Amino acid sequence: MRYRSLFPRDLFAELDRLQRQAQQTLDATPSIRGWNYGAYPAMNVGTTPQSVEVYAFAPGVDPAAVEVQIEKGVLTIAGERKPVAPAEKAAVHIDERFAGRFRRVVTLPDDVDANAAAARYRDGVLHISIPRREAVQPRRIAIE
Amino acid sequence: MSEQDKAVARSAETRADEAALTPAVDVFEDAGGITLYADLPGVPKDKLSLQVEAETLTIEGEIVQELPEGMEATHAEIALPRYRRVFTLSKELDTEKVSARFDKGVLELRIPKAEHLQPRRIEVKVE
Repeated sequence: MRYRSLFPRDLFAELDRLQRQAQQTLDATPSIRGWNYGAYPAMNVGTTPQSVEVYAFAPGVDPAAVEVQIEKGVLTIAGERKPVAPAEKAAVHIDERFAGRFRRVVTLPDDVDANAAAARYRDGVLHISIPRREAVQPRRIAIE
Repeated sequence: MSEQDKAVARSAETRADEAALTPAVDVFEDAGGITLYADLPGVPKDKLSLQVEAETLTIEGEIVQELPEGMEATHAEIALPRYRRVFTLSKELDTEKVSARFDKGVLELRIPKAEHLQPRRIEVKVE
């Protein structure tokens, strides 16, 4: 099921999405994990010299029931979002929100320290911060 | 730059300013009114704005996130910092009595139908 919240209303953004989708189709060697644009939860990933930051936009889930795991350099976020039950004899006019089980997988860089990862859930966003090992952090070398 | 070019540039600018994600919603209707759920992850309570004007309902929210200094985005599916969605309401809804709840990025909105329009069973006579 497509998570339609990601469809930007803006025409330029929409064209950008189409272009990216077209590029994906033309890409002869796509990622083995496919094209996840539109999946639940939506993910943003960023890096700093000290850490890798993963943001999973997972509104309406119980954080205690979300499973976050790092194994063999791969981060997995899995859980379930229960559907809201409409009142009896209710008409369903729009039904776009994701419901059911989800699982998303991200490859992490080699230099992360999985044991020091920390996860927080706030305003429907799961933020996972994974520090990089110190040895690989940039160091300034003094010239004598 | 001609006047027309300026106007084009200006409209492109406002468009970029206003570009927003469309949040996913569920809308249910029962005899007493309409219930709407909207997914607005990343929006804190104070950055959520609900507006009812005439017969238009506007839901807007700004995403607030703590980003570590010097972070470089390597993959972004949520690429805009705000959500917006506008609905046209119908006149039997009582916009004075809208109630809202916002928890874990999910908005729950209840718009009851006006009192004098509460359901009445209509007898169908067969002759």
